[in-house]
Amino acid sequence: MRRTAAAWCFVAPALLVIAIFFFVPVVAALGLSFTDFDIYALADPHNLRLVGLGNYVRLLQTPLFWQAFGNTLYFVVVGVPLSMLASFGAALLLHSRLARFPGFFRTALFAPVVTTLVAVAVIWRYLFNPHYGLLNYALSRLGIPAVDWLGDPHWAMPAIIILAVWKNFGYNMVILLAGLQSIPEPLYEAARIDGASAWRQFRHVTLPMLAPIVAMVNILTIAGYFQLFAEPYVMTQGGPLQSTVSVLYFMYEEGFKWWNLGSASAVAFVLFVFIFCVTALQLRLARWQSAA
Amino acid sequence: MGREGEVVTQLLPEFERRHPDIRVKVQQLPWTAAHEKLLTAFAGDTTPDVCQLGNTWIPELAALNALEPLDRYAAASSIVQAADYFPGIWDTNRMDGSLYGVPWYVDTRLLFYRRDLLARAGFSTPPASWQEWKRMLAAVTNAQADQHGILLPLNEFEPLLALALQQDEPLLRDDGRWGNFGGVGFRRALGLYLEMFQRGWAPPLGTAAISNVWNEFGRGRFVFYISGPWNISEFQRRLPAEQQDSWMTAPLPGPDGPGASIAGGSSLVVFRASRHRAEAWRLIEFLSEPAVQRRFHALTGDLPPRRTTWSDPALARDVYARAFREQLERVKPAPKVPEWERIATEMRLVAERAVHGRLSLDQATQALDTRAAQILEKRRWLLARRGAG
Repeated sequence: MRRTAAAWCFVAPALLVIAIFFFVPVVAALGLSFTDFDIYALADPHNLRLVGLGNYVRLLQTPLFWQAFGNTLYFVVVGVPLSMLASFGAALLLHSRLARFPGFFRTALFAPVVTTLVAVAVIWRYLFNPHYGLLNYALSRLGIPAVDWLGDPHWAMPAIIILAVWKNFGYNMVILLAGLQSIPEPLYEAARIDGASAWRQFRHVTLPMLAPIVAMVNILTIAGYFQLFAEPYVMTQGGPLQSTVSVLYFMYEEGFKWWNLGSASAVAFVLFVFIFCVTALQLRLARWQSAA
Repeated sequence: MGREGEVVTQLLPEFERRHPDIRVKVQQLPWTAAHEKLLTAFAGDTTPDVCQLGNTWIPELAALNALEPLDRYAAASSIVQAADYFPGIWDTNRMDGSLYGVPWYVDTRLLFYRRDLLARAGFSTPPASWQEWKRMLAAVTNAQADQHGILLPLNEFEPLLALALQQDEPLLRDDGRWGNFGGVGFRRALGLYLEMFQRGWAPPLGTAAISNVWNEFGRGRFVFYISGPWNISEFQRRLPAEQQDSWMTAPLPGPDGPGASIAGGSSLVVFRASRHRAEAWRLIEFLSEPAVQRRFHALTGDLPPRRTTWSDPALARDVYARAFREQLERVKPAPKVPEWERIATEMRLVAERAVHGRLSLDQATQALDTRAAQILEKRRWLLARRGAG
């Protein structure tokens, strides 16, 4: 009993900080989402109205919200697999015994993760430039006509995906690489003695041993990619024809551009519920897989 | 804010010399963050004494009751004289009969055009009416050769707003309770705007897709371009010397004869929470003196809001500024409700969809009225309550 009390004393400061700076704002935001808080309410609290679920109902009837939702789904469905493949491929290459200068390449591939996005965006805007961008130059060498990457509503999201994958894959790569390095060598030795080819070693030793890490990385990546914001914010401001407006970007405009904090909070909670459901589903899937 | 925030520090030593008891601390904000910062400052009771404010933000901050009414100060002032200011610009600073800001510099939109290309098509003067303008646009456009009459960037709402302000009908009706986009006036403005794209006179592009507007203008890819005063110095700097005679500015043509344009610009305001309001006003008076405004113009290229300042020889000699001087007598403020910026953004988005053929003219005006009605819902509620109470 005394020991539990002591433990509570030790964690109390941390809990207090979390309660004040996390739970209170979250509860306040939830409360806010049932009001129509805006600049009029900022001027005079009497101008605040309780609207119940009004913000949510109106939100679900707003075409732009659904467009933002669709754009975000598109980004997640295409971006996450690409990002996972890139991370996994890079991790395998770095882990390979054939790799030269693994330390250098590990740093180089990780560099985009720690570079500020604003600087990266400047470079990529040049790479994407329809007239003298490197990307279109490469395409023209292959005989493919120029693509207006950031100006064409059909190509703006793919451009954002390319940028995001390039920017983020290094992070997962490092985690996967650590996972690969923690697989005990005797397992491979045993597999080799049993006459397993390189492919079968990969299929039956590497993948199963790595499965929990892959599942975790996958969940983190999906949750992260649903919160797409910075890339369209610096590259396209949501355009052209609102084809790169993500849910979070929509929320930002609603809240900080138009100062409708009530409905912006509602957007945040809708996104939260959705990410929560997707993550729960994934956890269930992962558990079911490991049981099978 | 922006460039003005840097330049003003060069003017202030003179002010501090004249008023040894006053020290001015300047805080510079980038335009993109200013709006957010000001609202946050208001929420946190840390507003500045004096502030530069885009004049479309005045309705919002006045609704917040954050600004000090300046009528009393202006009436007693020998320097700030309402009659000397362009009426449209002065009007943007008045809300419900009170004055909340003093214009610092002005901004409007008008035509930049290629004089040589227009002359080659047989026109010696810029258009004065929409009819003439359309004739010229048709004559100079050759869509196959990617040669267009006019550039109306789809990421800007100002060109369409300028055309809409030329109409007699207001953009919002019933004291800003509802949109008036279905009215004859706006339909005529949007109709012309869409016609320019449908006939190939204007390419359906945003400025991002043009990448270098000045080069393309120099190359003659378009003859007219609706833009603001900052582009005078840009064109002077970016076009080669031998091309400097080939371009000119002209006031916007209206439906029948010279038309109105937007009353934009920045004002100086005093915050209600300030403890140095008298000193703040003295700073505003200093910055409003014609001599100081002349220096300010020389440093920034920003156009002054007072007629007296315009009589300065340097400004009077500037051939490119002349059209602005004329246009400034015919500028009209956008609707003065805090929600206007959001409605203007919707207007741009709907117009963009209509240009891409996804909405007809009727559908577009209807969609705008619906959106405006939603956005103005709170305002209607507030006005109804105020009426009842």
